Amino acid sequence: MTTRVARDRVTGTPFTRGLGIVTIAGIVWLVIFGLFVTPADVNQGETVRIMYAHVPGAWLAYLAFIVTALSSAMYLWRRTRSLTWDRIAGASAEIGVLFMGISLVTGSLWGRLTWGTFWTWDARLTTTAFLFVTYIGYLAVRNLGGTHHQRARRSAVLALLAVLEIPLVHFSVEIWNSLHQEASVAGNTDVTMDGLMLFTLFLGVIVFTLMYVWMLLHRQRALTLEDMLDDTGLDRALAARRAEAGVS
Amino acid sequence: MKDAGFIIASYVVTFASIGVFSFVVLRRSRSAARDIRPEDRPWS
Repeated sequence: MTTRVARDRVTGTPFTRGLGIVTIAGIVWLVIFGLFVTPADVNQGETVRIMYAHVPGAWLAYLAFIVTALSSAMYLWRRTRSLTWDRIAGASAEIGVLFMGISLVTGSLWGRLTWGTFWTWDARLTTTAFLFVTYIGYLAVRNLGGTHHQRARRSAVLALLAVLEIPLVHFSVEIWNSLHQEASVAGNTDVTMDGLMLFTLFLGVIVFTLMYVWMLLHRQRALTLEDMLDDTGLDRALAARRAEAGVS
Repeated sequence: MKDAGFIIASYVVTFASIGVFSFVVLRRSRSAARDIRPEDRPWS
């Protein structure tokens, strides 16, 4: 049985398999360009190479949390209420936490080289850490128990509140005096980027987006299987209880 | 390359954590699928 299940790609479809191959090719491309092909920055030197993982990680984390909020809204709206939206919200939040964690760690490594410290209580860093902890809390709330719909309702409300932190994080560098640089792309600064560096940054965003979609599809399907398993277990327990009580 | 250790570490942390997350998701879904027939999966 185990062998059969292992061979059977449980949450995979031809689309996800194709997407997976394209994503792996993109990762290889990004690593080669990020580490070897792009030039060093005039100000940052070689440390700019960390940006090709750090910036897409942060942007995709934002996207993942926005998808969580939108899916939660879809669940709360009566016309579109479905547990599928709740599972997409949960899956997207998990991936968002992963990407935000990556962004924090890579940012910390960059900070050590540039600022001379792994961490400082700067506005951008502090608000990002707060956002990260908020979504860990969101994931904890999802696991509090109760029926699937109880889980979906309480986590949807929390997701709609948590997403309000994203503008605070994004604009923290403008609201407060911050060590962190302002947005280099689509920002108000006069910073210009070399064409190849800009291309590699956007390649990073595309590769991270592909990874996000691949992981979202698989994780959402895995959550569906886990919910189905819960329902099956509950049905069996009810049947056993009825049998014990002699109820047909 | 100057500061190669930190730069390579950032790439290793990034792709290793994504790899571990993907592996755990696939393993958990295989484990959950043991008691669910393939025809009951909405995407198959």
